[in-house]
Amino acid sequence: MTFTILGVPILTFLTFFPTVGALLIMLLPASKPRTVRVTAFLVSIITFAASIPLFTLFDSTQRGMQFTEQSAWVPSLGISYHMGVDGISMLLILLTTLLTAVSILASFSAITTRVKAYMVTFLLLETGMIGVFTALDLFLFYIFWEVMLIPMYLLIGVWGGPRRVYAAVKFILYTVAGSLLMLVGILKLYIAHHAATGIYTFDLLQLYDTPLDPGTQLWLFGAFALAFAIKVPMFPFHTWLPDAHVEAPTAGSVILAGVLLKMGVYGFLRFAIPLFPEAAMTYTPWIVGLALIGIIYGALVAMVQRDVKKLVAYSSVSHLGFVMLGIFAWNAQGLSGGILQSINHGLSTGALFLAVGILYERRHTREIADFGGLSETLPWFAAFFMIVCLSSMGLPGLNGFIGEFLVLLGAFRAWPLESLGPLTVGNLVSAIAAIGVILAAIYLLWMYQRVMFGPVTNEKNRGLPDLAKREFWTLAPVILLIIWIGVYPNPFLRKLDVSVSELLSRVHAQTLSMRTAPPALPPLIVPASAEGSR
Amino acid sequence: MGSMGVPTEYYQLVAALLFTIGLIGVLVRRSALIIFMSIELMLNAVNLSFVAFSRQHGQMDGQIFVFFVMAVAAAEVAVGLAILVAIFRNRETASVDEVHLLKG
Amino acid sequence: MGLTLLWLVPLLPLVGAILNGVLAGTLPRKMVSAIGVGSVGLSLAIAVACFGDLLALPPESRRVTQGLFTWIQSGDFHAEVRYALDPLGAVMMLVVTGVGFLIHVYSTGYMGHEKAYGRYFSYLNLFTFSMLTLVLADNFLLMFLGWEAVGLCSYLLIGFWYQRPAAAEAGKKAFVVNRIGDWGFLLGIFLIFVTFGSVDFATVFTQAPQRLAVGSAVATAIALLLFLGATGKSAQLPLYVWLPDAMEGPTPVSALIHAATMVTAGVYMVARCHIFYLLSPPALQVVAIVGILTALFAATIGLVQNDIKRVLAYSTISQLGYMFVGCGVGAFASGIFHLMTHAFFKALLFLGAGSVIHALSGEQDLWKMGGLKAHLPWTHATFLIATLAIAGVFPFAGFFSKDEILYQAWLRGGPLLWMAGVIGAFMTAFYMFRLYFLTFHGRSRVPQEAKHHLHESPNSMTGPLMILAVLSVIGGFVQVPILAGGQRLDQFLEPVFADAVDLAPAAHAASAAGAEVGLMVISLVVALMGIFVAYKFYVADPELPRRLAEQMRGAYRLVFNKYWVDEIYESFVVQPIYQGSVRLWERFDAAVIDGAVNGVGRQIERGAELLRLAQTGYVQVYALILTLGAVVLIGYLALR
Repeated sequence: MTFTILGVPILTFLTFFPTVGALLIMLLPASKPRTVRVTAFLVSIITFAASIPLFTLFDSTQRGMQFTEQSAWVPSLGISYHMGVDGISMLLILLTTLLTAVSILASFSAITTRVKAYMVTFLLLETGMIGVFTALDLFLFYIFWEVMLIPMYLLIGVWGGPRRVYAAVKFILYTVAGSLLMLVGILKLYIAHHAATGIYTFDLLQLYDTPLDPGTQLWLFGAFALAFAIKVPMFPFHTWLPDAHVEAPTAGSVILAGVLLKMGVYGFLRFAIPLFPEAAMTYTPWIVGLALIGIIYGALVAMVQRDVKKLVAYSSVSHLGFVMLGIFAWNAQGLSGGILQSINHGLSTGALFLAVGILYERRHTREIADFGGLSETLPWFAAFFMIVCLSSMGLPGLNGFIGEFLVLLGAFRAWPLESLGPLTVGNLVSAIAAIGVILAAIYLLWMYQRVMFGPVTNEKNRGLPDLAKREFWTLAPVILLIIWIGVYPNPFLRKLDVSVSELLSRVHAQTLSMRTAPPALPPLIVPASAEGSR
Repeated sequence: MGSMGVPTEYYQLVAALLFTIGLIGVLVRRSALIIFMSIELMLNAVNLSFVAFSRQHGQMDGQIFVFFVMAVAAAEVAVGLAILVAIFRNRETASVDEVHLLKG
Repeated sequence: MGLTLLWLVPLLPLVGAILNGVLAGTLPRKMVSAIGVGSVGLSLAIAVACFGDLLALPPESRRVTQGLFTWIQSGDFHAEVRYALDPLGAVMMLVVTGVGFLIHVYSTGYMGHEKAYGRYFSYLNLFTFSMLTLVLADNFLLMFLGWEAVGLCSYLLIGFWYQRPAAAEAGKKAFVVNRIGDWGFLLGIFLIFVTFGSVDFATVFTQAPQRLAVGSAVATAIALLLFLGATGKSAQLPLYVWLPDAMEGPTPVSALIHAATMVTAGVYMVARCHIFYLLSPPALQVVAIVGILTALFAATIGLVQNDIKRVLAYSTISQLGYMFVGCGVGAFASGIFHLMTHAFFKALLFLGAGSVIHALSGEQDLWKMGGLKAHLPWTHATFLIATLAIAGVFPFAGFFSKDEILYQAWLRGGPLLWMAGVIGAFMTAFYMFRLYFLTFHGRSRVPQEAKHHLHESPNSMTGPLMILAVLSVIGGFVQVPILAGGQRLDQFLEPVFADAVDLAPAAHAASAAGAEVGLMVISLVVALMGIFVAYKFYVADPELPRRLAEQMRGAYRLVFNKYWVDEIYESFVVQPIYQGSVRLWERFDAAVIDGAVNGVGRQIERGAELLRLAQTGYVQVYALILTLGAVVLIGYLALR
């Protein structure tokens, strides 16, 4: 199936339209920031609109990749321009295009210096991000993966806060350290594939079938997993995140939390796990352990933060712990929940950062202690901020609950063979992870209380203006999605079903032979006809 | 060519001699101008060696390379002397020991 | 016809909430009231129609469900948004919509001067929706949605006057403590799903007796996990601490959420899931023990509190304990019966207290009241009725329901449990009449300036008081013991609890009408004694309580300070976690992890420091090194 926009296949269009937009903006005069802003926003909105057909035309019953494009690029090295999406990447692309548009809108007033360069950087970043989610060739993927780093580095380093250079360097060194290891892994895999089949190729779908001995798998998975674990970030590789978030401009934080962290998750789902399923199984206890620590640790540390942005950053560590826990539960609920939760986290945390940005623009501080009593003067903001906090703490009826519930349920019934007396390890893990949900309520409500409730103690907080129309529209679409996914998540969950079951069957098929007893597989998918007929 | 000519070894010997003089010049002299001349000496030693071998083997490659070397050397001298003049204007000296801004 | 509209019962208040929430500030007050009260009123009308339709069905088929859409579907997990109406749900639905409607009406008067009028009604409607979802849900997950959503509404309404730090703090405390309970509920749902492959009530409850043996570990685990949720929501030991603080909210909210409906959700849940408790005798015992301990514990604190609403709050905790005692001995219908009557008289008590507070312009201290009888005739009359009802005086509603619980406790729990219950009943009668006497009788202690404003509340407030008073009088007659055919509530609930009969704990004593009458007389006498002592203490000899407090200083201080439970939690739970987290952040995250990261950076820098010594800046040194290198290289190649 091919779907084209202006004669260009949709994935190529989505990936490179922002670049075209960036080139266009370069031609605009820097002296007219308003024109630059509006043009950038239009480009991002068009990209978002163009990504909607991905969702509507996506066939949720078809296995494999959709909207694929493939053409030779460097045939002598087996490099091809291969793109395609499945349910997972399709949702992540939509999240990316939406959040980019929202972020650019949110930057209208926040960015006043070097507006032109900023918008160009942002659009190039979008190209990098979408490219990462669409590439099905490891070489292509790696290029996009690195391409995306540079604009982010610039966003933090040029338009960031007072310690921006420290944060930007930390961000890039952390990430590059991981990704170089991954590069070595890619090359090793490339050579191993040649050794086994006589073909040099970077094509992911072909590399999936590379026979690897368990020892090599362990090393390669380790190399890939480290790169992605830094990106997620999993405990203890998370310390770049608070710094990066605190220093980044609002829009940078939104993208960082909303999309960049998801690349780590996506990397696990698309590369590390399906390429090395046996190793993924072997590493499960370690990753689950780190995820569990991350959930509790992130929440506890978030609780005692004095800077709102840092609080949200540490809460991300906790939330991403849920995501990883869900994925490594190896069942349908855990995996779909984990993926949905990473979308949810993009929306909720993205919106949290937008809210913090709105506060920052009014008061030029993010210290919780500087606020108090804002509900009085900013009623609309208070309502939106409350909904976002509730979504982040997993209140039923909002998106966060769906993801967390499925993750915890998945964990609860996971690893049925590992038992501790009457309990399975899964029961215990789920029970501990669920404490993270309690803690989320504590740190978010406490923060909300100190910022929004109480009397106005600081004169500067008096008479702040409520949401402007533009700010309203940056938050409104995200809030709408938060409620939609919370009330009726099925359209999203259905898109994931096939991808999830394919991933599961790949993992289980590869590892079945390793086990003395077959793991009790849950029936993966209830036929679509079962839905609604009950 | 005739077999009467001087043997290649002689040329090589002269070339080696020239090269060594140049090298020592580069290493021990302090004046940038002299160092430059010493470098020229080394280059010309190589040129001599090239030409000698070219003649021995009856191939033109070596001679072509000599033209390259001469061209590059000329360019180098142009740039180098320009730098030297600039340094002299700023520092009133041409001694390389006085110019160690690149010290780590 | 009514039953097809069942879904509108919860949905109408939701629509009201959204309208009032989104249009807050733009609508005129009258319009807000119309939307807020009207939506619940309409919902009540439909609820009554549904109830009528349900009664028209034969008893064994009195369970109708109505599915709206699939909520979550993932792999083999499936949960729908589906409402169900059965006798138990019907009782709860009528209580919620009925009492809820009256309190909405009352609020138009009580909150009449409030600036954020629209926001208030939006929250109150949202609460009604959530509570109805909780009681009408057809599966555990939807129930959990209602369960957490009522917690949210409670949070929002307790903190309604968020400008007051105490109110904001109390709201957060309520939410967090509830979340601790919800942790158990959530795990319970997981265990149920893993065990039964479904979260639908019908599937789970019919399969439970077949799949789980009596006394099996799974049944106990499910029952106890769910009960943890119930202790949070229904303010039982050890999670009761949020309810007294919740009194920071507007009084009608205390009446609706923290007396009549939300806090009883735990009792409802235990009754709804009674099958698990019956399958697990230990869990059943835990319910009874927690119930009776809470009942006594809260009653002792209630004896000496001076804030009118706090006394009522502790009384609520204590009464909820009674309901759990009823459930804990396997008499679930009795628990629900007390839940219903309690909703009437406790809502009335709170609304009456609200009327008093309204008249005194916000004063809540009992020692600044007194002699209000003459000024607030209607409030006084209705409050007296409610006080008699909660004290358990014949023939008011509380007499029947509390007595039935005590009788069941005697019958199935043993004399000790009964004895404890009777002691609690004595204390209840005492502290409630202490409250009554201090408020309405004796010398007026109202400050001069407040005295001028003393006025009876408007009709919108006294109207609901009167209706609730009537209900508090006649409410008990739906379930008259002894009298043949008098047990109408029991019969109505019978289809729900039918399976309970053969699993219920064996009776310790033979059921006999004579014994029941005897026990009734005893508890009536005890209640009257409580009233008499209160009269003696606070009307006849007002100096007596002080002397007594002097004599028993230690005990008095212990109870007056609420056993220092809040302080103990603060210093043994909250502070250690907080301080530990600070340390985790500063000494581990910043020092160890980030220290390691920055340490690697510093080490690389230090290595570079050493390497830069090689860069002397003298060209000739570089040239020398170059030469030597070339020599070594050539030498190596030549000599190889």
